[in-house]
Amino acid sequence: MDYSERLQNVSVLGAAGKMGSGILLLTALEMADISLKPENKGKLFTLNAIDVSQEALSGLLKYTKGQVLKAAEKKIVQLRKVYADRADLIENIDIINEYIMDVLKIIVPSTYIEASYKSTLIFEAIKEDPDLKVKIFKQINENNTFKPWFFTNTSSIPISKIDKTANLDGRILGVHFYNPPAVQKLVEVIKGESTQTELEIFAIQYAKSLRKVVVPSNDFAGFIGNGHFMRDAIYGIKESEKLSSEMPLYEAIYMLNKVTQDYLVRPMGIFQLIDYVGVEVCQYIMSVMNPYLTNEDLHSDLLDKMVNAKILGGQNHDGSQKDGFLKYEKGKPVAIYDINKNEYIAIEQFKAKCDEKMGALNPSVKPWKAVVGNADKNAILSKHFGELKTLNTTGAKLAVNYGVRSCEIGKKLVADHVAMSDNDVNTVMLTGFFHAYGPINNYFNN
Amino acid sequence: MKKMRKKVYMTAGFNTVALGSGRKEFNPKIPRPGLEHYIKEAGQGTLQQIGGAKNVDEGIIANFMAARFNNQGNLAGFLPYIDEGLKYKPATRVEGACGSGALSLTTGIKSILAETSDVVLAMGVEVQNTVKAIYCADILAGAGHYKDRKEGHAYYFPGKFSDRAGSYFEKWGRETARKAMAKWFINAIENARLCPTAQEYQNTSPNLEVLALTEPNGRSFVDNLNVFDCSKVSDGASAIAIMSEEGLQRCGISKKDAVEIAGFGQAEDDITKKPEEPTRLLTTEVAIKKALEMAGITKEQLGTVECHDCFSIAGIMATEAIGFAEFGKGPEFVLAGNTSRTGKVPFNTTGGLIGWGHPTGATGVHQAVTIWEQLTGKAEKNQIQIHADRPYGLSINMGGDDKTVVAVVYKKCE
Repeated sequence: MDYSERLQNVSVLGAAGKMGSGILLLTALEMADISLKPENKGKLFTLNAIDVSQEALSGLLKYTKGQVLKAAEKKIVQLRKVYADRADLIENIDIINEYIMDVLKIIVPSTYIEASYKSTLIFEAIKEDPDLKVKIFKQINENNTFKPWFFTNTSSIPISKIDKTANLDGRILGVHFYNPPAVQKLVEVIKGESTQTELEIFAIQYAKSLRKVVVPSNDFAGFIGNGHFMRDAIYGIKESEKLSSEMPLYEAIYMLNKVTQDYLVRPMGIFQLIDYVGVEVCQYIMSVMNPYLTNEDLHSDLLDKMVNAKILGGQNHDGSQKDGFLKYEKGKPVAIYDINKNEYIAIEQFKAKCDEKMGALNPSVKPWKAVVGNADKNAILSKHFGELKTLNTTGAKLAVNYGVRSCEIGKKLVADHVAMSDNDVNTVMLTGFFHAYGPINNYFNN
Repeated sequence: MKKMRKKVYMTAGFNTVALGSGRKEFNPKIPRPGLEHYIKEAGQGTLQQIGGAKNVDEGIIANFMAARFNNQGNLAGFLPYIDEGLKYKPATRVEGACGSGALSLTTGIKSILAETSDVVLAMGVEVQNTVKAIYCADILAGAGHYKDRKEGHAYYFPGKFSDRAGSYFEKWGRETARKAMAKWFINAIENARLCPTAQEYQNTSPNLEVLALTEPNGRSFVDNLNVFDCSKVSDGASAIAIMSEEGLQRCGISKKDAVEIAGFGQAEDDITKKPEEPTRLLTTEVAIKKALEMAGITKEQLGTVECHDCFSIAGIMATEAIGFAEFGKGPEFVLAGNTSRTGKVPFNTTGGLIGWGHPTGATGVHQAVTIWEQLTGKAEKNQIQIHADRPYGLSINMGGDDKTVVAVVYKKCE
């Protein structure tokens, strides 16, 4: 079975979810492009969009249509060639509308898992629950006579474990997209102990065809992305708790968030990132990873308290940020949650005091936005972090220690063979987390 | 007609802002002013300088594709909307694709010459940002032959001029031409930065040359042009008054505030035919020759030129079409700085189509307004020096791929 045959009947599980809908979109585009090749005319291509929620599925096609429109507008130059033999399609708008139909007609929404029994490839993007995943894989595997391949989007559960418990004979591969899949360039590919090589070869071709950056990661809980982020988050939480001996915790959270964003030149502060991913999601991923770790406790009481208080972060359906550690107005943090009083305290009330305590930032510092795409970013960052190391302020010290710790986390991922190289760790953080520089660097050494 | 049979003047020019990407106030997600706003602003801008609508005998409005951009035809009906004083006066809409604006000028000039009017309000308008660039390309493709659309490029006109650039590179060499196209872009932006109504007025890019030398990418755009070689999608309107001597007196306008029309040339080529010689603008050459002959001057007497640089390569070909450079030597002429604002013959002194903007139906009128400003000393920060021995200006407005072309020669009044 070659690449395009493998893609003739595909199912996406959890297709209406945030990750699933993105994977569905990308796969639908790839399948449509293959179906439009002259050699594939007349062949049937089917992409089952499977989800438990009928309501979510009904919104899915509308979302997909909007996204396909954008994709079609971008590749109109190529599409005109694809439809060159269609005399009735003259203007760009004719061609774009036809392409949208050609993509949408492949997608078959369903609430029944049985729809996947004829698929040769299954993408799974359901809840991050090992037992549920295993149960569903088992059921499909037992009823599908095509010996399908399973691509799981897990970001934390070891692949080998799923393979063994669901009896998949190595027909499973971790294909970890970043959120949102349609935009994020990074895909982590994770082989289990017995994963068949053909799956990896196919996945790399598929990801490259979607113009993704593929980073291989070893099958170790959390892989590279969460392996770094979760530890980085725990460090930020612990640092703020330490500071809370001399100030209210919400002030400490404000300071650590500012240090990680402004001082470390990151796209957002660590607490904002936790909110972005979702407080409960972070708690959950840590709980999935933690049993596999030795000499390390990846757990935070503070996250538990937040979840119990139902302060969960994450995003609304329109992509806007829900309140978490931080409260947002038009996407900007305006208050910090006080876990002791269960209320938000406006940043304005303590900003000046905290900023003074942290000390002035070096004048040459630039925001992440001005650095990330800058051709001279190495020189800019060297100068900035060089200056930061000479400042004796609370803020600068917190930042330098954070940078050192982030580097240690990265190096440990390589030492533990989760990542194959320093470069792979940096690629994940640069492309998956939009950092302006990789965590493994020489900026913070003395 | 070999000479102008009576004196014709232009005065009281007015431009709205050329709105589109690059302007700070432009946001594709929020509603923008419509067709009527631009028509009224530009029309009133001119009327206020000539004593109001009561002095106007006739109105001409140029527009290319409002029928598709704005679902609007019958644009002549917007003249009385500008001012009640225009109600029941004659009004005509003219169309010749991107060359529509200059058809408004020649229609007005001819009415003065025919003595059917003494004061004509001539204007042009286009509001194109109602659609994204990719659909704008479909609509603008109407300037070519509709039967050619299917085999044309997604970006139809950039495709046409990319092909011309490709032929030019092949015949005369790529390296110097590419550099000259970059220089053309730099001149355009530098001039636009001095003109508050220009689309690129607020352009602050630190290194224009690097942008301009971006390697073209045929996978996402066209093979031989990058986006900086192209004029943008613009909304805007321009207006000017065309008058006889009697008209000037009626409006109380002094000749020092007007330019005299020394001559004009109009030429048309078969829209169903491909260019015979893609490295030259043959129709443009004819129109320029006619205009200079009617004016009885040579190119050496031109103090400034507004040419139709819808694409940088078209600007370079225009220098050759006028005869400033031999065929194949336009790039060297441009690279030597001759067309820059301090050069021998400054071209497109408010930015041209690439820098000021290209609201297609308005462009020909905007060119006339710029030359009027330069020859009457009203160009403010854009003002160039007009030498006494070269008191003429030339505008060239082109519709389609060198199909509908009008050249006008203007003279500073003594």
